[in-house]
Amino acid sequence: MDTAFSNEDLKFQSEIRDFIKTNYPQELRDSINSKRKLGKELSREDLTAWHKILGKHNGWSAPSWPKQYGGAEFTPTQKYIFEQECAKAECQYIMPFGINMVGPVIYTFGNEEQKAQHLPGILSGEVFWCQGYSEPGSGSDLASLKTSAVKEGDHYIVNGQKTWTTMAQYADWIFCLVRTNPDAEKPQQGISFLLIDMKTPGVTVRPIKLMDGSHEVNETWFDNVKVPVENLIGQENMGWTYAKFLLAHERSGIAGVARSKKAIERIKQIASSEMSYGEPLIQDPAFKAKIAAAELELSALEYTELRTLAKDSAGKGPGPESSLLKIKGTDIQQAVTELAMEAVGYYANPHLGTTLSNEYVGPDYATNLSGTYFNFRKASIYGGSNEIQRNIIAKMVLGL
Amino acid sequence: MNFDYTEEQTLLDNMVTSFVRDNYDWDTRCNIVKSEEGWKEENWKQFAELGLLGVPFDEAYGGLGGKSTDLMIVMEQFGKGLVVEPYLPTVILAGGLISKLGSEEQKNLIIPEIISGKIRCAFAYAEPQSRFDLNDVKTSAVLNGDDYVLNGFKSVVFGAGMASHLIISARTEGEQRSESGITLFIVDTKSEGLTLQNYPTIDEYRASEVIIENLKVSKDNVLGKVNMAYDAIEEIVDISTIAACSEAVGILQVLKDSTTEYCKNRKQFGQSIAKNQVIQHRLVDMMIEYEQAKSILYMAVTADLTNSDERRKAVSAAKARIGKAIKFVGESAIQLHGGMGVVDEYMVSHYFKRATMIGVLFGNTDYHMKRYMTLTQSGISSSDEAISVSVT
Repeated sequence: MDTAFSNEDLKFQSEIRDFIKTNYPQELRDSINSKRKLGKELSREDLTAWHKILGKHNGWSAPSWPKQYGGAEFTPTQKYIFEQECAKAECQYIMPFGINMVGPVIYTFGNEEQKAQHLPGILSGEVFWCQGYSEPGSGSDLASLKTSAVKEGDHYIVNGQKTWTTMAQYADWIFCLVRTNPDAEKPQQGISFLLIDMKTPGVTVRPIKLMDGSHEVNETWFDNVKVPVENLIGQENMGWTYAKFLLAHERSGIAGVARSKKAIERIKQIASSEMSYGEPLIQDPAFKAKIAAAELELSALEYTELRTLAKDSAGKGPGPESSLLKIKGTDIQQAVTELAMEAVGYYANPHLGTTLSNEYVGPDYATNLSGTYFNFRKASIYGGSNEIQRNIIAKMVLGL
Repeated sequence: MNFDYTEEQTLLDNMVTSFVRDNYDWDTRCNIVKSEEGWKEENWKQFAELGLLGVPFDEAYGGLGGKSTDLMIVMEQFGKGLVVEPYLPTVILAGGLISKLGSEEQKNLIIPEIISGKIRCAFAYAEPQSRFDLNDVKTSAVLNGDDYVLNGFKSVVFGAGMASHLIISARTEGEQRSESGITLFIVDTKSEGLTLQNYPTIDEYRASEVIIENLKVSKDNVLGKVNMAYDAIEEIVDISTIAACSEAVGILQVLKDSTTEYCKNRKQFGQSIAKNQVIQHRLVDMMIEYEQAKSILYMAVTADLTNSDERRKAVSAAKARIGKAIKFVGESAIQLHGGMGVVDEYMVSHYFKRATMIGVLFGNTDYHMKRYMTLTQSGISSSDEAISVSVT
């Protein structure tokens, strides 16, 4: 057993650190911070600026991609270090839809034309993607989806509705699961994987406001949308296979250990300034115990993730154990956002950045912490709810 | 970065696994714990032959020079078999103190005897009022000519009844709870002035109350420096705590696996109870707790144990977190076994009882949680370089 970084790893770590220091734009940091604090929507430029910078540097925007497709092809240890350093420096995270989701599907199952058309834009961050999986009637039971694609000549005609389409308001393209064979024996067998240009006539995006007032997700409607058959990935009716491949990719890295670590550090800072019973809140036994419990859980999860990474690098693959990372990782994210809100007492109340008030009130560190808490209830629901993750482990790991 | 065993460690793992498989089937174990002695000398001889008794000792004294990973391997497998022989008290706890504090003469005299299996030792530190505080020592030692005279009482001393020698912590100076002024003495268990009241524990191990009345100990049998034993006691108890955590992780694996198997086989309402989602999710949560326990054990084992703050933090984090896992996995195992869970005849209750008592050993969850908080409360912890230390 050896958890030491090799000399090369340490060199890599300082290379990343230096790169971030020199290249992460201060204007971006300021712009994102001020919007976050006021609960304001980030712009497309906010979300992609860092992606674009990394995309120009040895494929660092795509840590897992093979070099032949322009990725960085980091080792698992390097990926871990890279994530840690980005989290420590509080860099804006890279939107997962292109890099982590559709990218690997395209280079694994797509044809040469599709690779040439789409991979460079995903890598550079110039093309913004979103995900068309869930439908109003198909959440955890994804395979029951109804959006139809009927072949007419050299086009599919797509009709239906997708929902929870994160950041569809900025997206240039959407990757969709569509039903191409309504008569298949099993619902999984009639599904295809289609890439759709969001500018195609008949595509409509409507915002869904979340309980913190944020606009992250949307409804996406398809009304006789004509999609060229060249946009089909792999084979018709084989979409479920590609979808499952994508979901496994989505779950890895979902633990967010490095970001939760940073968040706990911040809570400790906040709790050092907040006073309770005439003493800093950080001295309060009940609060302290909750911080410590979160730290222990996170420390264990960090080693669970490292064990998974080590297995991964030995070529044994992440597999359904990644469901464990999703469950525990999101548990901790939720515990941490709750602690942050709790730490600021009354200043959990102000809801800034609405049309009713545009002024800062309260301590700088307190703004929008309750919004974040409310927003993060999503974490145990998305990406396959934590109950579904337990079903996956029960079936795939415990053999029940 | 890897979590694989070295070739030597794999051999050690295989060796202990085979020992447990071949010599510790359930009936054999039941006979051992029911016997008058509460352990089997034959097994101890085999430990000696296999080299297990020498694992942590320096090669200069005939040991194998093993590190925390090696002890983890031994204890995890012992946990899987619920091995009751006093390995932890003798080799890790008492042996650790002798290695840490003994003079050359003492080490040359005692360590080879431990390694060869000739003697066993136990460490008498807890007292009725001390609970888990290692610094709370009322037992007194007063110098009288060339001898110290000891008086006091030691509680729940594991393995004392099987030991030829006890290491006793006593106060030679200072207030009852002062860290300075504690001295260690090595004494023969047959010494005049020493009375052992032996008893079985709820998890079928053996312990003793030790009554000390005018026990004379020669100055030569002081272990380490007079008044200065506290730091070493804390360190060796920390190392022993990691060993206890390793045993717990072995036990948790058995509890998780056997409960999963049981639920697959147990039929009610015409189907296996494992078909019920409520059971499935409980089994998944047991697995998650087990994996988290194992992960935090790995964190502790690979931490820089030579740095005392790092060591304290890592040990208390592991003990507190594993304590939580013991409660959840243990209680769930009993619950899912239904009536079979609560009977003495079936194995699962024995694993649950041992795990629960490990939860108490060297300080329970709350105790270590508090220690962890005390170590980390002062501002921001420098978790930056947490993963930068190598131990093999």
